[in-house]
Amino acid sequence: MSAGASSRDAVIFKIRKALGTYDSAQRRTTVAERLGAPPPPLVPERAKRPKEGQRSLLRSFLEGQSATVIEVASTTEVPAAVARFLRSANLPLRVRVGDDPYLDALAWNSEPALERRKGPAEGNDEVGLSHAASAVAETGTLVLASGADNPVTLGFLPETHIVVVEDKDLVGGYEGAWAKIRARFGKGAMPRTVNFISGPSRTADIGGQLVMGAHGPRRLCVILVRG
Amino acid sequence: MSAITSPAFKDNVRAALQDRQLQQALSEVAPGLAARRGAARAGLPEFEALRDRGRDIKDHTLAHLDLYLEAFEKKAGEAGSHVHFAPTAEDARQIVRTICRDAKARVVTKGKSMISEEIGLNPCLEADGLEVVETDLGEYLIQIRGETPSHIIAPAIHLTQDQVEADFRRLHTGLPAGRQLVEPAQLVAEARQILREKFIAADVGITGANFLIAETGSSVIVTNEGNGDLTQSLPKVHVVLASIEKLVPTLEDTNTLIRLLARSATGQEISTYTTFSTGPRRAADPDGPEQCHIVILDNGRAELLGSEFREVLRCIRCGACMNHCPVYTAIGGHAYGWVYPGPIGAVLTPALIGVHSAKHLPNASTFCGRCEEVCPMKIPLPGLMRHWREEEFSSGDTPLLYRLGLRAWAAAAKRPRLYHALARIGIPLLAALGRRRGAFRRLPLAGGWTRYRDLAAPQSRTFQALWADTKAGVPR
Repeated sequence: MSAGASSRDAVIFKIRKALGTYDSAQRRTTVAERLGAPPPPLVPERAKRPKEGQRSLLRSFLEGQSATVIEVASTTEVPAAVARFLRSANLPLRVRVGDDPYLDALAWNSEPALERRKGPAEGNDEVGLSHAASAVAETGTLVLASGADNPVTLGFLPETHIVVVEDKDLVGGYEGAWAKIRARFGKGAMPRTVNFISGPSRTADIGGQLVMGAHGPRRLCVILVRG
Repeated sequence: MSAITSPAFKDNVRAALQDRQLQQALSEVAPGLAARRGAARAGLPEFEALRDRGRDIKDHTLAHLDLYLEAFEKKAGEAGSHVHFAPTAEDARQIVRTICRDAKARVVTKGKSMISEEIGLNPCLEADGLEVVETDLGEYLIQIRGETPSHIIAPAIHLTQDQVEADFRRLHTGLPAGRQLVEPAQLVAEARQILREKFIAADVGITGANFLIAETGSSVIVTNEGNGDLTQSLPKVHVVLASIEKLVPTLEDTNTLIRLLARSATGQEISTYTTFSTGPRRAADPDGPEQCHIVILDNGRAELLGSEFREVLRCIRCGACMNHCPVYTAIGGHAYGWVYPGPIGAVLTPALIGVHSAKHLPNASTFCGRCEEVCPMKIPLPGLMRHWREEEFSSGDTPLLYRLGLRAWAAAAKRPRLYHALARIGIPLLAALGRRRGAFRRLPLAGGWTRYRDLAAPQSRTFQALWADTKAGVPR
């Protein structure tokens, strides 16, 4: 037996001894059932608002956390909204982006000055552009799933992170976000990372005073696509 | 393990109360955290019901912990993670050393991990010649001072801005000496610049875990800075340090705990970043670590499962108990003398390092009960501290003078007539003596108390006398 396996068995044995129990079929059934079908969650009322209420909740929480929220009426307006935000923040018209099919299909030729570089973020990239799997109204939280389409570093290395989220992916509570992840990856399966992002990076470690841009982005811009 | 100064708790307290910078730092931060928690709780009507749910989730998981650990190990393995069980702190250190050696690592970055503090990981890796860099800003501030965290979520809560500036000028000698460092934003920008290089250079990234999810084999970290994400996404190897009680069954259960955690800790609706990591990067992924190791530490926790202290394993490390503790907010975290300060430390530390070394900690409580009142997991902290006091007493660790005092009090308390007679003499006497100020600055035999605070003078009559009158219908 390897050292790893004996350590594992030692820990499990100690736990069983402390619990005064043993490896019974009944306990296994209890755990299997609990994992397969957890009891109905307690979802806060605020997560159950109709769509319009969810939009305003999402916006107010994100703006309260110093993020910028832009609503556009349709997909075709996204490239212009990205360019407008970059100009207003005095940033170069250059973004780092993954292979996301939705973002790829946008009408980028309407903004010829906007340069898109494909791939994961590098140290000198100033702006990352991602497509969120969903947005959660209850706390103003974006949910991103990592992969070739949306590399995880886009949201952490650049000083500015722009996240596009579709209105159909706006959900009330975290439960809705997991439903979308499960629909895409299968129950019990996950991408390497799922990131809940609720604002730009911050710290209060010096004298308790809030400062933006601790290690991750100083700016977070959310583009909510209504169409 | 980190150096233990818990046996010298009384000396630590004296020093802390006289430390002006510490007192200033504590007065600036601690009250704000408690107030923000109150506001967040008021903003979510379901908060109290969620606390009951949270407690039940943890109780269920702990009662089936062996099976949830097995389920987690299986799912994490399927996702490509290596799961390591560490019965002791030494086992955990050796596992991490070996991982770093196999990765031929030179630079190791770290996200915030209390388990790392508990097992004393940094000195061990440094002895192997590794450069170990804490990346949570607060952890970085204390690392460059050679200190330990004084709070579980705000590790540098004991430092003032001036101290940070002095440290940065002393240490970051490659930067212009005349640079401006008056604003917190300037200090943060400098730390960001310095640490960015370390993130890029790191070979291994070590993070803690707020939760381990059995359903998916995921580990979860919660940060506001995003340092944990850079720590675990950029190097080739990601090591997760966790302990057995971090297990939760499903994503739904995790939702409940996330709804409680940040609100209890900092009063935020949710922390800026909550990250669920499952295995190493997938075949098509252009970034993320190539290896993911999850180290699950026991270090005495399994024994707690079978003891009257089981409930302490529900803790999700939010720090609310310390933010609301009149003792912690007066002395800070270092006085507690080991890794976990405040009320949770007063219960956990004796279990992990022994009641003999930590006997003062469960006594460092007024039993005001605020810790239990605010604990999102409803851990009966004062009750558990009382258990430790009993154990200390029955093991003969209590000093003779205390024992005699307790005996004398017990002798009176068990004889109601005697007790009432003594109270009828003592209470009016003290009330008369203290009438002018309503409190005593000095009192014979109570010098330990009155040295740092006044003792309130009693009202003129005993409670029993008032009660008897009230029952008899006598108007006050």
